[in-house]
Amino acid sequence: MHQILTAVFEPGFFGSAQVHVAVTIGGIVAVVSAVVGVFTVMRGQSFAGHSLGDVSAAGGSGALLIGLSPVAGFVGLGAVGAAVMDLIGVQRLRGRDLATGIVLGAAIGLSALFLYLTATTGATTGATQQVLFGSIFTTSSGTVPVVSILGAVSLAAIAVIYRPLLLSTVSPDIAAARGVPVRLVGVAYMLALAVSVGLSSLAIGAILSTALLIGPAATALRLTRRMAAALGVACLIGVLATWLGVLLSYDSYHWGSSHLSLPVSFFIVAVIFVTYLGSGAAGSRAARAATRHRASITPAAQHEDIAA
Amino acid sequence: MFTGFMMNAWTTATIVAVVAGVVGYFVVLRGSAFPAHAIPKGAFAGAAAASLLGISTLIGLAVFSLLGALGIGTLGRRGRHDVATALALVMMLALGAAFLSRTTEYEPEIYSLLFGEILGVSTSEILPVAALAIACIAAVAVIYRPLMLSSVVPEVAEARGIRSHRIEMCFLVVVALATAVTVPVVGALLIFSLMIGPPAAARSLTSRPLLAMVLSVGIALVTVWAAIALSYQYNWPVGFFVGMLGALSYGVGRGWAAWRRTRSAITPGPVVQQH
Repeated sequence: MHQILTAVFEPGFFGSAQVHVAVTIGGIVAVVSAVVGVFTVMRGQSFAGHSLGDVSAAGGSGALLIGLSPVAGFVGLGAVGAAVMDLIGVQRLRGRDLATGIVLGAAIGLSALFLYLTATTGATTGATQQVLFGSIFTTSSGTVPVVSILGAVSLAAIAVIYRPLLLSTVSPDIAAARGVPVRLVGVAYMLALAVSVGLSSLAIGAILSTALLIGPAATALRLTRRMAAALGVACLIGVLATWLGVLLSYDSYHWGSSHLSLPVSFFIVAVIFVTYLGSGAAGSRAARAATRHRASITPAAQHEDIAA
Repeated sequence: MFTGFMMNAWTTATIVAVVAGVVGYFVVLRGSAFPAHAIPKGAFAGAAAASLLGISTLIGLAVFSLLGALGIGTLGRRGRHDVATALALVMMLALGAAFLSRTTEYEPEIYSLLFGEILGVSTSEILPVAALAIACIAAVAVIYRPLMLSSVVPEVAEARGIRSHRIEMCFLVVVALATAVTVPVVGALLIFSLMIGPPAAARSLTSRPLLAMVLSVGIALVTVWAAIALSYQYNWPVGFFVGMLGALSYGVGRGWAAWRRTRSAITPGPVVQQH
């Protein structure tokens, strides 16, 4: 038994301070991303969710340049980006991708400039890679409180608008007829998304931010049609994938003879990707079984079908 | 400004702008902004893999952008399209991160792959870029009619026996080709601005498809040329100017369309002044 344990958890795994921080922050971010992500996938706003990561990374590099706190940069520009996307038409299905794209294009241009200026002033090395990929292992333990607070803010926002948000996600027309301020709920959701994505790209990097937002939620929505179950399954998949990825990355140092560990983002994404592919088969069976119940809980997919 | 290596920059920039203008028109028309962002960004991993294996960056980019396009098309068939795109993108980026962790690549090279290095294009690079660009434009010309039909009225296209999924696949491959052409020049991230801003502006100016496509190419050319000139003048990255001018051209297009709408609303037809 002991041998198996040492084979799975390489020596020093539980004692490493880096691992403690990675497991804590990864867990918090995975839960927040999974909850927000279920709505993101149902609303068909994966592109906005991904773009906000790049937008907030531009804010992060800008903050780096003028010496502000990176948290302010990440969350601040993310929120501004979300507001602009909503302003120029993120709520209409047709213009939505375009509005997101315009904001994303401008943000990328800004990060090109900020990173260039940072590189020429010679303040930090590795800024480009940090902004693009990030790394859960380089996160300092000092960011744990900030990540927890912002995560709680994002979750609280979703909890407050939960019912109107769900109704306007599933059927905007019915929601509007019942007097739900659909537009306002949409803006509140976008801001919660911006905070969640901003904190996750700050803490764990832009790749993982998108992977944890979309992957677990999409997998859960393939497995179950019940909202509460989907939220629970998404959180579970997100947290397990993150921890498994951290473990595999730690262990990979001992694989082969090169003693170069593979990045943790690679393992987490690989686990999430394989889980999504695996859920395809199981999900189509569940979907057939749940066809009878569709009338009561209609996922946004049907609306997309109608709208397309 | 028009000597030696700068001539290479002008030539390749012109090729890139024409490809981006034509392909971008369909990207905007079909609402495929996410794949158009994901394929170039993910193909960046191919460049990292190529540098690890010591082969040409162009081959790495071409292989990975094709893989990305086919992956998005296949996954999108059995799930939500935007989810498939997001997951294919993060998987490619994760592979790129894994490759990069194995190399000792110098950081400025990563930066130039992401944000472009138009001023560093060598004469030997122009020929393959031009060949790929011609292949890309030719592919658009071949599938022009079914592509247009399935983009504008998908139901009619289906009724006429055009398989929308097959067209989607062809279109994604065209985007992949355009990616391989443009990424070494303007970078993985900024080709996106060029494929979105100018065509979106062109579409808000006119609803006639061919005219819109010509306008889109024209605006893309002006954007790139102005970006190079500004970058040469102020020594700021080309990418910054491309991104900003792209968004600006969209803003101006929207503004002009809105102004035209309000004017035609106030004065419907010839106004008869009555005194």
